[in-house]
Amino acid sequence: MSAVVSETPLAGDVVAAKKPARFSLARRTIITPILLSLLLIAITLITVMTGSRPFNQTVIDVLVRVIFVVGLYIFIGNSGVLSFGHVGFACLGAYATAWLTINPIMKSSALPGLPEWLLQMRLPYWEAAVLAALFAGVAALIFGRVLMRLSGIAASIATFAVLAMINTIYSNWDSVTGGTSSVVGIPIIRTIWPYLIGAVVAVFIAWAHAISRSGLALRAARDEPIAASASGVDIPRERLVAFVVSGAVMGLGGALMAHSIGVVTPDTFYLSLTFTTLSMLVVGGMGSLSGGVIGVVLLSALIQALRWFEAGVPMGESTFALPKGLQEIALGIIMIVILALRPSGLMGNREVTLPRRNRG
Amino acid sequence: MLQILFDALSLGSLYALGALGIALIFGVMRLVNFAHGDVIAFCVFALLWPSTDAMAIVFAGQLPWYLLVPFVLLCGAGLSVLCEIVVFRRFRNANPATMMIASFALGFVIRYFLLMLYSSRPKSISLLPTLSQPVEIFGARLPLLQLITIVVTMAILIGLTLFLRQTRFGLEMRAAAENFSMARMLGVRANRVIMGAFALSGALAGAIALIFGSQTGTADIQMGASIMLMAFIATVIGGLGSLGGAVLAGFLLGAASVVMQVVLPVDARPFRDAFVYGAVILVLLFRPQGLIAARGTKERV
Repeated sequence: MSAVVSETPLAGDVVAAKKPARFSLARRTIITPILLSLLLIAITLITVMTGSRPFNQTVIDVLVRVIFVVGLYIFIGNSGVLSFGHVGFACLGAYATAWLTINPIMKSSALPGLPEWLLQMRLPYWEAAVLAALFAGVAALIFGRVLMRLSGIAASIATFAVLAMINTIYSNWDSVTGGTSSVVGIPIIRTIWPYLIGAVVAVFIAWAHAISRSGLALRAARDEPIAASASGVDIPRERLVAFVVSGAVMGLGGALMAHSIGVVTPDTFYLSLTFTTLSMLVVGGMGSLSGGVIGVVLLSALIQALRWFEAGVPMGESTFALPKGLQEIALGIIMIVILALRPSGLMGNREVTLPRRNRG
Repeated sequence: MLQILFDALSLGSLYALGALGIALIFGVMRLVNFAHGDVIAFCVFALLWPSTDAMAIVFAGQLPWYLLVPFVLLCGAGLSVLCEIVVFRRFRNANPATMMIASFALGFVIRYFLLMLYSSRPKSISLLPTLSQPVEIFGARLPLLQLITIVVTMAILIGLTLFLRQTRFGLEMRAAAENFSMARMLGVRANRVIMGAFALSGALAGAIALIFGSQTGTADIQMGASIMLMAFIATVIGGLGSLGGAVLAGFLLGAASVVMQVVLPVDARPFRDAFVYGAVILVLLFRPQGLIAARGTKERV
């Protein structure tokens, strides 16, 4: 945890230098995604070893949320622009995978408005997930072309408007999305490995984007917008790149979420998911990939612990149970306390790395 | 025609009052207060006796209106000031995203506190039932309530304008909104101004609670959220921190929703909100700083 990775001097470093510098940057920072992946793999292995099914489902939820938060980090963390709209891309991804994987017979009765070729199609879930990610990425490209000219709070509200638009359309376009009633029949994947792979892939995509030329330029623009644009950084363009990459990752997350629960409704992907994932990112540390992952793991663990207490924990003779609703209240209070003590999140701008031995 | 106008005005009034509550706080401390919607819900539930039954046990709601109104306004102001003292004071120097998430977390706490006391089922309440009788004006039959909503909103807006322009406290508040650190150096008490802003904003939440509660006749934990979102958007379109802009944008949003409901072809009507949000994006693209840009929010090099 000692090295500071995301600092602007690096950007200057790399833009000026040639390839070898980029490779050395990759070598210096690759330990972060590896450590984060090891954390996720460790959690997964523990889950598999306990063999408990409800716990398995919980950890799948955690991994899906890791994908979401990493997706958010790619845009929010690198650009510094808060986005409320990314869950909309998760919604697009979830419905895309529903269109691609539901049994054609069920599909033609439930969603008659789909085009013929889509009605006939039935793909394995992993192909569908990749296509869903691409679909969400394309949607992000279209919205992003328009939105990325904005910055600050105007951009945040515009992204929120995108989320609200997607939600309204998907809640009312009955023949294609089934409206507000849930779309059922999505194949449920209960093994944990696909989710682990998804989360690890997301972490590595985020890392690769962060050390790419575009990612470095974007972070430079986040910290010193005027200096960066004076040095030739095309801020809207770099933001668009991040927006598309993060939109695709959100789409992947949405698709996997659909496969983990087997039903999708537009309201699954609306305000509450937006705020849950954003809170996890901010509590963990907005400017740091490690912060995002650690935020998810910690807050999920907390939520789970509070749920257990709510269900009742045997203590000696009697069971000790918290009243209903206290779980959320406690969660809110803990979040406020963490933010009051560490305003830039648990990790701040730092990444987890091994202590470095030879500097310079 | 007149009916549409009044619909637009009364819906716009709600949005404008909500946007004002958010803009007031944003002006003095750059905080986008997501807990505002939950303060609104809290004010409605303050009228009921805590119980998880489906039937609402009206408690303070039975007071005569001249006691009821101040009671609700005080509830809102009190809760809002309490939030400031307990939570937001610790976030004075935090960055906006952190404050936003903190306010969201606070709203979460308030919402689930209500849920614990009252359960999540919506309850029907009859608040000021005499107001739902229709009246006839210029040949249009309007619910009296709609008329009162508009009149009350106008009165609040005029009152607030006078307050901000004519009193010393209002002057301090405007100064703080313009340039907070400069105002402090010139002797404006930061805590007092911020608490004042929270109290005003809370009282506005109380006013919305009264109007909305008597319009819908239900008390629902989620009820603040829908107004809150529109109000939030109105604040941004209006120009963050600009009070006049917030009010203007609130009315515009109300008008846009009502007009689109009428103008759009029947097939497209369910998608009305999508069109409204699309319009929001368009406005932001052409005027990212808002319709009436507040001075002092522009970034300096």
